[in-house]
Amino acid sequence: MNSHQKWVAFDTILRREIRRFMRIWPQTLLPPVITIVLYFVIFGQLIGSRIGTMSGLPYIQFVAPGLIMMSVITNSYSNVVSSFFGSKFQRNIEELLVSPTPNWIILLGYVAGGMCRGLGVGAIVTLLSLYFADFSIHSLPVTIGIVLMTSLMFSLAGLINAIFAANFDDISIIPTFVLTPLTYLGGVFYSIELLSDFWRNLSLVNPVLYMVNAFRYGLAGITDINIVWSFSMVGLFSLVLFFSALRLLEKGSRLRS
Amino acid sequence: MTSSKQPALSIKNLTKVYDDSFKALKGIDLDVAQGDFFALLGPNGAGKSTTIGIICSLVRKTSGAVTIFGHDVDEDFSTAKQFVGVVPQEFNFNQFEKPIDILVAQAGYFGIKADVALQRAEKYLKQLGLWERRSDLSRNLSGGMKRRLMIARALIHEPKLLVLDEPTAGVDIELRRSMWEFLQEINKQGTTIILTTHYLEEAESLCRNIAIIDHGAIVQNTSMKALLKELNRETFVLDIREDLQVCPVVTDYPITLVENHSIEVEVLKTQSINRLFASLSEQDIHVISMRNKTNRLEELFFDMVEKNLIEGDGEKSDE
Repeated sequence: MNSHQKWVAFDTILRREIRRFMRIWPQTLLPPVITIVLYFVIFGQLIGSRIGTMSGLPYIQFVAPGLIMMSVITNSYSNVVSSFFGSKFQRNIEELLVSPTPNWIILLGYVAGGMCRGLGVGAIVTLLSLYFADFSIHSLPVTIGIVLMTSLMFSLAGLINAIFAANFDDISIIPTFVLTPLTYLGGVFYSIELLSDFWRNLSLVNPVLYMVNAFRYGLAGITDINIVWSFSMVGLFSLVLFFSALRLLEKGSRLRS
Repeated sequence: MTSSKQPALSIKNLTKVYDDSFKALKGIDLDVAQGDFFALLGPNGAGKSTTIGIICSLVRKTSGAVTIFGHDVDEDFSTAKQFVGVVPQEFNFNQFEKPIDILVAQAGYFGIKADVALQRAEKYLKQLGLWERRSDLSRNLSGGMKRRLMIARALIHEPKLLVLDEPTAGVDIELRRSMWEFLQEINKQGTTIILTTHYLEEAESLCRNIAIIDHGAIVQNTSMKALLKELNRETFVLDIREDLQVCPVVTDYPITLVENHSIEVEVLKTQSINRLFASLSEQDIHVISMRNKTNRLEELFFDMVEKNLIEGDGEKSDE
């Protein structure tokens, strides 16, 4: 395949992915928006008004970046995991496997699809959050950079989950038992300064913490973590996941018998 | 570049051992010439689908070499894949997508732009009688339509080698014959076709060359004509006017009474059928019609598989 044909293949996968989540928008776009609005109402307004400030910010402004990031993380991940596993389950992944499309294009196509949904839902949630909280952007490059990298990283993680998954239970175990705890314990609702030394140090191995803090820095200018360190960690995780996913596709693990 | 002398498909010493140690292929060699209509036959579990899976890279081979128009499927996979279109045994498209979208996407995976893909999709959907259903959800198509959709999908990048794994399974006879005509037409236009089927009549009607695979080994690889010449006996079913209570006896012709008005007779190729009729006539038995019990290829196929089963008895533990 020449580079133009590779571009056509990538574009085809991406368009197919976007068409898929747009076709089933009541399952893919609406639920996360409703969930996040409930978070804003309950944690931001009802409970948040009694909490006062967190790291010098009104609680709703503190929690808003984390909630936006949470929607980006869960939607990027779940789009790729469900779409790729669905293709495995219906065996239409074979359409790609018999084609000359290189594995790295397959990987980029699915990941770009996941990023489109993650960033799309993130954008909707950001617009909704303006109703509940006042925003100003402290650093546009940091805000955009970290949200793109976060979406990329969790799309890659979703792809790896889908490659290994043998049944529908396998695609819900990781989101339920790994992703949700990581997100809830990743500084979305609190500053790690509130934690004891042990839990604070333990939190530092949670990649979500770096993403949420970098995004909060981009919007509000406050963070518990060094921003350069945040970008480095997210970049490192993304690289490891990218090459792991590519290796799995090259080997044909759980895809070719 | 491909030379006209190069085989469309060349398989050398191909083996496949699955993770559970099952030896699906035990070193097969096979060449399919360009422009051929080739039948790959064998009983269930013989290794047909594994071979096809390796050709289109859905199954990883254990050892051996596969080249398509001279391009190795490992070393030059991108070019090799451009030459192959595959119609699998089971439906493997997204049931929630429209036929037109499935075809255009498949073309995209081969690097074909959407405008060209749309033209080709229209051409093949029309040829296969699916154009009116192009915007329906694929899951709402009938079984025969789904099979034709998979053929259209396999042709969308206009491959030089089309591999069909039981394409007419579960398709009614009328539709099956129209699919035969379609396949014969694209074969005439130069596409090499490899076909696996359980309908031996289909293989006999369509294919010029044939390989029979059993227990992961090729037990026969020859032309259809040469193979049919090997048939040294045929079984005929004779419908009789009289109400037979006992089975008639004719020397050298084994006869079985099927029912009161029907008998089966085995006739060797060296025997004259006239003597059979004369002898029956002498016994006041009148034949009103006659037909083959099974088609000729089917008799040969059963003979070979049965023979291989006896000879390869020690290897049956692989199953």
